[in-house]
Amino acid sequence: MAKKRIQNLLKHVVCILLCLCVVLPFYMVLINSFKTKAEAARMSLALPTEWVFSNYSEVIEKGSLIQGFLNSFAYALIATTLGVVLCSMAAFVMCRKRTKLNVFLYYFVLCGLFFPVNYVTLVRVLSTLHLNDTRVGIIMVFTSAMIPFCVFTIRNFVISVPVELDEAAVIDGAGPLSLFFKIIMPLLKPTMVTCFILQFMTVWSDFLTPLYLSSKSRLFPMTMAVYQFFGKNKSYWNYIFADIVLTCIPVIIVYMIGQKYIVGGMTSGAVKE
Amino acid sequence: MNKKRIYPQWFLILPLALYIIFFLLPSVMGVGYSFTDWNSRSVLNGTHFVGLQNFAEIFTSDKSYLSGIGNTLKFTIISNIVKLIPALLIAIMLQEGLKGKGLYRTLLYLPSILPFVIIGLVFKSILNYNNGLLNTLLDAFHLGIFKQKWLSDLAIVWKSIYGVDAWRGIGYVMTIFLAGLNTIPKSYYEAAQIDGANFWQRLRYVTLPMLSGAIMINLVFGITYGLKVFDIVYVLTNGGPGHATEVLTTYAFQLYSRGQYGMSSALNTVLLVITAIIGVFIVKTLSKQEVQQ
Repeated sequence: MAKKRIQNLLKHVVCILLCLCVVLPFYMVLINSFKTKAEAARMSLALPTEWVFSNYSEVIEKGSLIQGFLNSFAYALIATTLGVVLCSMAAFVMCRKRTKLNVFLYYFVLCGLFFPVNYVTLVRVLSTLHLNDTRVGIIMVFTSAMIPFCVFTIRNFVISVPVELDEAAVIDGAGPLSLFFKIIMPLLKPTMVTCFILQFMTVWSDFLTPLYLSSKSRLFPMTMAVYQFFGKNKSYWNYIFADIVLTCIPVIIVYMIGQKYIVGGMTSGAVKE
Repeated sequence: MNKKRIYPQWFLILPLALYIIFFLLPSVMGVGYSFTDWNSRSVLNGTHFVGLQNFAEIFTSDKSYLSGIGNTLKFTIISNIVKLIPALLIAIMLQEGLKGKGLYRTLLYLPSILPFVIIGLVFKSILNYNNGLLNTLLDAFHLGIFKQKWLSDLAIVWKSIYGVDAWRGIGYVMTIFLAGLNTIPKSYYEAAQIDGANFWQRLRYVTLPMLSGAIMINLVFGITYGLKVFDIVYVLTNGGPGHATEVLTTYAFQLYSRGQYGMSSALNTVLLVITAIIGVFIVKTLSKQEVQQ
């Protein structure tokens, strides 16, 4: 028993050390975001000698963070909602009607999980459609980028929804739209919520897409705004850290709310019971 | 029952259209444009077919594009090894009934939800030679000999990138392993224990075979992520020092911003071909698994 207890203690020590590695950078960023410029440049872990809360109000103004926040929020919310609803409809039909064509289309869409996007020609496609440097264009690109993942995840879930439900609904006179939106979609809610949360965070974090697709700073999401701000104010670490904190808060909130959905959905399809 | 009526094909039209227009079309066009001299002056001079000239430049010129390809492959392999093995060990450790497992898991997963740009900036400060947290801590513990120029020393810079990448990714990989471990019945381990199997034997003969699904999904995500890696390298080192940490995607972006669209597309095509070879292999394995079930 003594051996077991020492083992357990050792494990806790390892875990606490690992967690410390994770938490320390967060702590460093948070604490330094309240310091003066000179003090923040030293990046120490000590508490600030003087708490400068105005760092936040200044960075919101200088870094055009409100614009960035609204852009990020619009991109993530609209693109993800659209993507998840469209993909659940597609996944439902692909799963229920397994014609040769649909099986082919499924694997065809699945390829998108692996292949890189060619942004150079994507910019060209967008400008041909007069969608370059517009919010609509950026949202369309984000929605298309999540299609493979969502179709893959949701289709694996549709399998577990009994076909008898469809039959019963149709006998009761439901059309395809009411069958899907009234009967099937409520049952798909867990997997749809998972996809929504994961993709919301992906879009929020994305950097490459806006880097290629937005040349105007009024279209920048928060990630781009932060990076641009860093480029302009390399020595103002107090502002940079405050900017980082503000960019992280929304994703951390979404993570805390949706935590229980993340793990289950991430692994569905991968880890079969 | 009339399948056509209750499962209408038009449910597929919108997502497929988006996928084709904004994903497939650019990829196909990209392959086409990689054989042209398309650049920022093409508006005036037109775009011309140049055959394999772009690829010749990539594979024979002294501009170290080849090392970019090499770096991409190296990153894909090493970053996965540094993440998968520790993550598996941590997951096994947490799984064996440790108090506070939930809290540890939540904390360890936290970094993987943050934007790469943010992580890059944070670690740019932590790895700073003069004031950075890492060197300061090493000094504080009288380990000054281990101090490094983390982001500018040629021999160290890749290790720093792998380290930061692992810092972000281990929690994610671990979470998938934990979900996989949850599905292994306890009785298997009890039986193994009765037969006198030690830790490594249990790992080799019970855990690993039962975890094949989780390992597979981690590899799929890890490999595709590794091949497409951009943000972390771009923010941490921007390909430097010199071109030492340049990968395919950072070269492609550089060429794009210099207006050499044709060359940029050619590099993308190289990446596409590499991904296709690996992707075909993965899809085959996945569909084989599906058939078995």
